[in-house]
Amino acid sequence: MNRKTAQFLIALLSILSALVVSTLVIVIVGRDPIMIFQKMFQATLGSSYGTGQVVFRMTTLVFAGLAVALPFQVRLFNIGAEGQLQMGAFAAAMTGALLPASLPSLPAISLCIFSAMAAGACWALLAAGLKVRFGVNEVIATIMLNFIAQGITGYLLTYHFAIPSTVHTPPIIDAAIIPSFNAMTGLFAKSPANLSTLLAPCVALLFWVILFQSRFGYEMRATGLQPEAARYGGINAGMHTLTAMGLGGAAAGLGAANILLGYKHYYEAGMSSGIGFTGIAVALLAGAHPLWIIFSALFFGMLEYGGLTVNAYIPKDIFMIIEAITILLVISFNALGKRIPT
Amino acid sequence: MGAAVRLSGISKRFGTFAANSNISLTVEEGTIHALVGENGAGKSTLTKIIYGMLQPSEGEVFIQGNPVKFTSPRDAIDAGVGMVHQHFMLIPTLTVAENIMLGNEHASLFQRLPMKTLKELIQKHALEFGLAVDPDATVANLSVGEEQRVEILKLLFRNASIMIFDEPTAVLTPSEIEHLFATLRTLRDKGKTIILITHKLDEVLSVADTVSVMRKGEITGSMPAKSITKPELARMMVGRSVLLRVTNPPSNPGDTVLQVNKLGFCTPHGEKKLYDLSFKVRAGEIYGIAGVEGNGQSELLQALYGLAPAGTLQTGEATLKGRSVLGKCPAEITRMGISLTPENRLKHAVILDYTVSENLLFGRHREPAFHRGAGFDNKAVSRYCGQMIADYAVQCTAPASQLLSSLSGGNQQKIVLARELNRPDISLLILAQPTRGVDIGAIETIHNKIIEARSKGMAILLISSELEEITALSTRIGTLYKGSIVHEFSQDEVALNRNSKDEFQKEIGLYIT
Repeated sequence: MNRKTAQFLIALLSILSALVVSTLVIVIVGRDPIMIFQKMFQATLGSSYGTGQVVFRMTTLVFAGLAVALPFQVRLFNIGAEGQLQMGAFAAAMTGALLPASLPSLPAISLCIFSAMAAGACWALLAAGLKVRFGVNEVIATIMLNFIAQGITGYLLTYHFAIPSTVHTPPIIDAAIIPSFNAMTGLFAKSPANLSTLLAPCVALLFWVILFQSRFGYEMRATGLQPEAARYGGINAGMHTLTAMGLGGAAAGLGAANILLGYKHYYEAGMSSGIGFTGIAVALLAGAHPLWIIFSALFFGMLEYGGLTVNAYIPKDIFMIIEAITILLVISFNALGKRIPT
Repeated sequence: MGAAVRLSGISKRFGTFAANSNISLTVEEGTIHALVGENGAGKSTLTKIIYGMLQPSEGEVFIQGNPVKFTSPRDAIDAGVGMVHQHFMLIPTLTVAENIMLGNEHASLFQRLPMKTLKELIQKHALEFGLAVDPDATVANLSVGEEQRVEILKLLFRNASIMIFDEPTAVLTPSEIEHLFATLRTLRDKGKTIILITHKLDEVLSVADTVSVMRKGEITGSMPAKSITKPELARMMVGRSVLLRVTNPPSNPGDTVLQVNKLGFCTPHGEKKLYDLSFKVRAGEIYGIAGVEGNGQSELLQALYGLAPAGTLQTGEATLKGRSVLGKCPAEITRMGISLTPENRLKHAVILDYTVSENLLFGRHREPAFHRGAGFDNKAVSRYCGQMIADYAVQCTAPASQLLSSLSGGNQQKIVLARELNRPDISLLILAQPTRGVDIGAIETIHNKIIEARSKGMAILLISSELEEITALSTRIGTLYKGSIVHEFSQDEVALNRNSKDEFQKEIGLYIT
C-alpha cells in the first residue's frame, strides 16, 4: 500500500470512527441517532436552501484550510487564519463602504477582494517576519496576532466606524456586493451561497500547481521536509517562509470576502465565529493537500451547518465533538502509521 | 567453556521485510566474537535482540545456558548483558562517577551516594583494564576515547559479563584503537565475553577470536579469525569478490584551483576552530585531508561552502581561481563552480521523502537545462536520471516514483555522487566522508568514479576520517590537527608509500594525534 492510499484510508477511517462515536453520544443523551441524521440530511443536502448553506460554509472553509495548508507544507503551523480572516473582513468592509457609489461592479469587487487579501497577507507576514528575523515561533506569534486582530477590529468598530446604536459598519456600496447564486440563477433558494464559491476550487488548484508542479513549490516542500538540506542545496528558507505565510494570509482574506462581500455586506463584531480555527481541522484532515481540502471543507461545512439544523433536538456542541474527534483520530492514526515500517 | 550467548532459530520481521531470518549462533564464554557484515545485513537488529531492545518474531535466546525473554534492556542488564553504543549514552554535564552510577545508584532516594566506594572501584578497574579516567572530571571535557572508557566502566560497574560493542572504533584515532584493543583483550582474559560489531575487516582479524559473517539477514559462516584472510572475509560479506585496493594511476596536476591561505574560523561562542590553515588543490589532483573527527573538518567545509553560522569570525582567505569564496551563500558558490557532498548525507545532501528523481535534481534544480516554464522538463529530467542510474549502477527501478528512503545507504550515496560529479562547469569537488555508511560493494564503484573524475582534470578535496580511503585515493595528503594542517605529504611520498599502507597509516596517525 503506498502512502497516498494510506493517507486517504486514514482520513476515511477517522471520519467513520468519529461518526460511530457521535452516534453513541446521541444515544447516551437519549435521542434516536437515525432520526437525527435523517433530519440533518434533509436540512442540508436534502433541500436546495440547505445545500446552499453548506456550499457557503464550505467556500470559507476551503480558503481557511488553504491558509493553514500552504504554510504547513513549509513546516509552519499557521494558527492565525482566524485573525487574518478578521483583518481581511474589516479591510474589505471599509474599502467597500468608502468606494464612490458610482463605481462599476468589476473594479469595485476587485478592489474589495484585493484589500481583503492584502490585509490577510500583511497580518500573516507579521508572524513570518518575526520568525525569519528573530526566530520567534510562528505558533505563538500567530496566536497572539489573533488577539491583536480582535482587539484592533473591535476598537475601530466601536469607537470609530460603527453606525450609532448598532454593532456594525455602514454597508458596502451595491456595486461591491458579490452576487448570490439565487440572484443570478435562482439556484440554492435564498441561501448566502455566492459567486465567490467558484473562486475556491480555482485557488485550490492554483496552490496545488504552485506546490507540486513548479520549481518554486519544489523548493518550498524541500524547505519543509528538511530545512538543513535545503540550506545546503542553496535554497533561501526565509524567502519561502515569507511567501508561504503571505499566500496563506491572502487565502484567509478570500475567505473573508466570501462572508463579507457575498453575504453580510458590512462588518460586525464576531462575524468570523472561529471559522479560521476550523480551517486548521480542514487542513489536517486533508493532509495539507490543496485539492483534498475541497472535500475536507465539504465534510466540515456539512457538520457545521447540519449541527445548527438539529439544534432543537440535541445540542450542536456534539458536532464540535465530532470535528475534534476526527482530527485527533487523523493525527493518532498518522503517528501510528509512521511507527509501522512499510 | 560454555556458551555465553546462544541463539536458536532467531527471526525478526518488520512487516514483510525479514531483518533476521533463522539465525543460530553460539558465542563462547571468554572470547572476542566479531560480527561483521555490510550495512543492512542485520547486525544491529541481531544485537538489539540480544540486548532486549527488540523482541524476536521467532526463536530463542539463551544466556549462560538459560532461556531468556527480555522485554527491555533493563532485563538484559540484570542478566549480565551490557552494550556500548556507537553514539555514547552519557550526560555531558555530569561527572564521570555520576555517569557511571546513573540508573544503578546502590542507594535509596534519600541516602547519600556511595561516592567513595565507587571511586575506589574506578581506580581498581583503571589499573586492571587500562581504563584510566578521572572520576571527578565532567564528561563534557573528556576526549572521545575517554568517553568510551567511561562507557566500559559503566558495564563493569553493572557486573556485565557479556559486553556488546557497536562499531567502537569509528570515532577513535589509531593509537586509541590500539589502546581499546588492549583493554578488550584484558577483559577477555579476565573471563568476560565480548561481541564486537564492525565492518572494518583489519580490526576483526587483529583482535577477534571468532568471526561470524552476516549477509541479507542470515549468518553466512562462523570461523576462527586465524583461519581466514581479508579478501575471503570480504567475499563472504558481499557475496562476490571485491577489489579492496582501487587502482590509482599517477596524476598530472595542473594549475591551482583552490588556494586556502591562513584561514581562521572563530565560532559565535568565541571558540577558535581553525588557525592559520593553508593548503592548495590543483586541477587533476585529489588533496586528502586526514584527521580525527572534530579537528576542524566541519568548520573547513562550512567556510568553503558558505554555511558558517551568523556571527562567525573568518580570517585569512580562500580563493577559487583567484575569486574569494568566503562569506558567499551556497547558491553563489555553486555558480562559481564548487560542488559538495556533505559529511552528513541524510541530513544535508538528500531529502528522504522526495523521489529518487527529485533527489537527483536537488541543488541542481536551478540549471536551465531541466526547466520548462515555471516547472521542470520531465523528459530532460528522466533522461538525465536514467543515465545517472545506469552509470553508477544504482539499484532503483522507478526513479520518478520510488522514494529515496527506500534505497540502501550505498545507493543513496551513489545518487549524491552522481549528482555532484556530473554538474556542468565545476572546477572543484569537495568530498566529505564520501563512503561513510556505504557497503563495500558500493565503495568500489564510488572510488573508481572519484579517480575517473580526477583523471579528467577535476580538482578534488577529500576529507575523510578513514585513513585507508585517504591513502588509497589521494595525490597529496595534509594532516589536520586542532584546526591546522600540521604536515603535508608530497605527491612522491604518497605514491611511494601507498603500497605499504600499514606503516604509512601509522605515520599519518602520528601527525593527527
